[in-house]
Amino acid sequence: MTVGATSASLVDGRLDAKLPPGPIEQKWERHCFDMKLVSPANRRRYTVLVVGSGLAGAAAAASLGELGYKVECFSYHDSPRRAHSIAAQGGINAAKNYRNDGDSVFRLFYDTVKGGDFRAREANVYRLAELSLNIIDQCVAQGVPFAREYGGLLDTRSFGGAQVSRTFYARGQTGQQLLLGAYQALERQVGLGTVTMHTRAEMLDLVVVDGRARGIVTRNLVTGAVESHVGDAVVLATGGYGNVFYLSTNAKASNATAIWRAHKRGAFFGNPCFTQIHPTCIPVSGEHQSKLTLMSESLRNDGRVWVPTKVGDTRPPDRIPIGERDYYLERKYPSFGNLSPRDIASRAAKEVCDEKRGVGPGGRGVYLDFADAIARLGEPAIREKYGNLFDMYERITGENAYRVPMRIYPAVHYTMGGLWVDYNLMSTIAGLFVAGEANFSDHGANRLGASALMQGLADGYFILPCTLADYLARMRPDTLDAGHPAFRAAEVEVAERVRRLLAINGTRTVDSFHRELGHLMWDYCGMARNEAGLRHALRKIPELRAEFWANVRVLERNEELNQSLEKAGRVADFLELGELMCIDALHRTESCGSHFREERQTPDGEALRDDEHFAHVAAWEYTDRLAEPNLHREPLHFEYVHLSQRSYR
Amino acid sequence: MNLTLRVWRQKSASARGRLVTYEAKNISPDMSFLEMLDVVNEELIDRGEPPIAFEHDCREGICGACGFMINGVAHGPKRATTVCQLHMRSFRDGDRLTLEPWRARAFPVIKDLIVDRSAFDRIVQAGGFISALTGSAPDANAILVRKEDADLAFDAAACIGCGACVAACPNAAAMLFTAAKVSHLGLLPQGQPERSARARNMVAAMDREMFGSCTNAGECEAVCPKEIRLAFIARLNRDLLGASFRGGGARNAASPSDRTPRAAP
Ligand SMILES: Cc1cc2nc3c(=O)[nH]c(=O)nc-3n(C[C@H](O)[C@H](O)[C@H](O)COP(=O)(O)OP(=O)(O)OC[C@H]3O[C@@H](n4cnc5c(N)ncnc54)[C@H](O)[C@@H]3O)c2cc1C
Ligand code: SF4
Ligand code: FES
Repeated sequence: MTVGATSASLVDGRLDAKLPPGPIEQKWERHCFDMKLVSPANRRRYTVLVVGSGLAGAAAAASLGELGYKVECFSYHDSPRRAHSIAAQGGINAAKNYRNDGDSVFRLFYDTVKGGDFRAREANVYRLAELSLNIIDQCVAQGVPFAREYGGLLDTRSFGGAQVSRTFYARGQTGQQLLLGAYQALERQVGLGTVTMHTRAEMLDLVVVDGRARGIVTRNLVTGAVESHVGDAVVLATGGYGNVFYLSTNAKASNATAIWRAHKRGAFFGNPCFTQIHPTCIPVSGEHQSKLTLMSESLRNDGRVWVPTKVGDTRPPDRIPIGERDYYLERKYPSFGNLSPRDIASRAAKEVCDEKRGVGPGGRGVYLDFADAIARLGEPAIREKYGNLFDMYERITGENAYRVPMRIYPAVHYTMGGLWVDYNLMSTIAGLFVAGEANFSDHGANRLGASALMQGLADGYFILPCTLADYLARMRPDTLDAGHPAFRAAEVEVAERVRRLLAINGTRTVDSFHRELGHLMWDYCGMARNEAGLRHALRKIPELRAEFWANVRVLERNEELNQSLEKAGRVADFLELGELMCIDALHRTESCGSHFREERQTPDGEALRDDEHFAHVAAWEYTDRLAEPNLHREPLHFEYVHLSQRSYR
Repeated sequence: MNLTLRVWRQKSASARGRLVTYEAKNISPDMSFLEMLDVVNEELIDRGEPPIAFEHDCREGICGACGFMINGVAHGPKRATTVCQLHMRSFRDGDRLTLEPWRARAFPVIKDLIVDRSAFDRIVQAGGFISALTGSAPDANAILVRKEDADLAFDAAACIGCGACVAACPNAAAMLFTAAKVSHLGLLPQGQPERSARARNMVAAMDREMFGSCTNAGECEAVCPKEIRLAFIARLNRDLLGASFRGGGARNAASPSDRTPRAAP
């Protein structure tokens, strides 16, 4: 029996991931059995605050509500259905082996550990692969309209370089349909009164009482009211922080504030520098660009990636003869070709553009060409498969990709880093659980396609309902209320910060600071990183932050809907988080997955890991001095998937 | 290109609103409509004037957050396109555009172009779900769904909850939105047990939320960015008829609908 399964994960300054003993196939089941339960009659006496109602948050809130806990759920959106999860296109993995193509829980586990370049915990990843089976069942039962075969069975496709067909999808709108499933389950609980939904409510601080997370402070985005909420445990399911780069495929409002405030209250931040840059996005068209649009990776199943062989070749693509085209992915990675993993495909695109062989305005683009597929399969077949994506591409660029090749370029897409959590998804603050993209777990240094949806739903539907129960079962409901000094103090801090932001009344808009930070992060902490660049960024970011607090202009008042004020608070936090990301990237003097340190590469330019020194999770502790966080290392052990150099050649 | 905008400015739900004229200068045809508004807003802030509040998030046409009237048309002139996916190349230099929020009793204005659409969530609470407790599901392939049904269910499920249908409707009815959900779930075998109750309860909620009645004007279909078809309203009506015959059990809703079903098209 694992003693105190969900007690503090920091013992004498050493991180304890609380991995259950036993063979990997039995860990989760045994752990579930070892955990304490809360009897149905008692559940009502516990309040759980769930911040975020994307896939992870909505799944958790709905499931906890069904179990009978008193749930309060928060979102800055006007409805849970708007969460960024809605935008996921490609699909969700599950090791169902419906295709009889050799898939299994072990294979999904293996692929994910290897795909993450050996920087994730084996036990977590195995559990994720196991739960993938239940997720698909659950979603189908809710009425998620997955693609079907004519016989009425579920259709799957191979995605993101996987050699088995394990990705379930709903046209190009899988995230939308999964989120609507979770949203409907959540609204059902709202209707039944087990969950109270607080929309347009932004969490601006975490309240810790006697070492336990006991509540949050929110700002009502319509009235400006600062309010405290008390609970027995807090779940953060607040999504990723890719928008630290300003331009990303994330929704405009996605931000780090919830996890950053929790970090400043004591939650360690795991691997902050691990950022996924997705290879197939529509290139930037000008300075006005407000966000980047992903073109689903499934396009790489039929599109061929190329650039001109010659430097500075500006002929239109159809005038460039085959012999003068460089299908560089097929050339460099013959066995995976156009389906090479994301980090590899992205870096390869950057390289050819750095060599001035990029295409389109500004030269930061490569072709994704469907001509061969159209010749082979016919235009109708391509339209059937990708019609909505081609339409979207045309809406944005004005170009018809059936006639001219698409232009694509990598863009920030996903953050593997996030708050450090143990096997129970509990952070280093007792009672603070973190789920979905907001935590650091499971994807290591590179996330495979179609696995974020899987992870968010595994966390929300299946893991938290178990592990939270164990935590709550060890607590007695008490009478703590928002009158407690810790709540009062947090409210004052939140209000004071808002007051400061409004009082500066400087000369630069919030967006102008955000863009500048984004440029710094992209140039120095983006697809390739080196010591000099990171040190430069570490000088520049604090300067920019100082200027922000002296010169930002936020108009209007707190007591009204004030979008500039909302953005200002989020950008203020990005300006701190950006620094931690650079510190982390600087410390990790190896290359692994998405983290490419130019100093560490093989002779042919591939990422070179340093397992001797870096087979660990870097968990950073906040110290009041942003430039000097404390580093804690959680060593990673590989018993089932042997450490090896990733090769996709 | 340069455009003249007349924008509805209203400080809060209780304040009086009015149209204010702004010039949008040096606009690139590659900008999205919202990026054009970003440019206008940056200039407003530089001049010390409050920026125009408008709702948006994904800017990919999928979250349903954005939406306002452009010259009286919900989401503007381009078919099947949300305002965030509308690009300036759809307009001409010198155009004069009037931007107003959705107008409907059930969608009160919060500020400028932002309205409160929480009534949609309450319609879903009333029955827009399949009751499938977490953990209780059978193997996914144990439930066979004809491909045609799955595809049609998907067409209905594509609704993004933007509210354009309500804004375009002369009666500010929410029929297309509700019919889309009722059809999505009612087309699937998993959705059968609650089918009648779902239709009845969702329609009752629609009435409670002060949406108008459907008179088959068809304006909703014309503006819907996801091309949700009017035929789904006929389905909803069939389910309602079924409900009144069978009197299926109500779950979440307080009272069954006392309304007569809408006429099928
Ligand atoms: C364009 C795109 C396509 C993708 N495609 C795929 C795919 O095909 N397959 C796949 O597996 N993954 C995909 N991903 C990744 C995946 O969509 C996300 O990682 C995942 O949906 C994140 O879910 P989440 O629940 O963790 O967070 P989110 O969906 O981002 O939800 C965050 C929630 O937290 C709330 N919130 C945040 N901060 C606060 C605060 N301070 N106060 C109150 N509320 C707050 C928000 O309102 C929201 O409800 C894609 C991502 C993008 C950008
Ligand atoms: S039916 Fe169409 S217009 Fe109405 S809310 Fe849904 S997507 Fe928007
Ligand atoms: S901003 Fe999401 S649909 Fe327009």
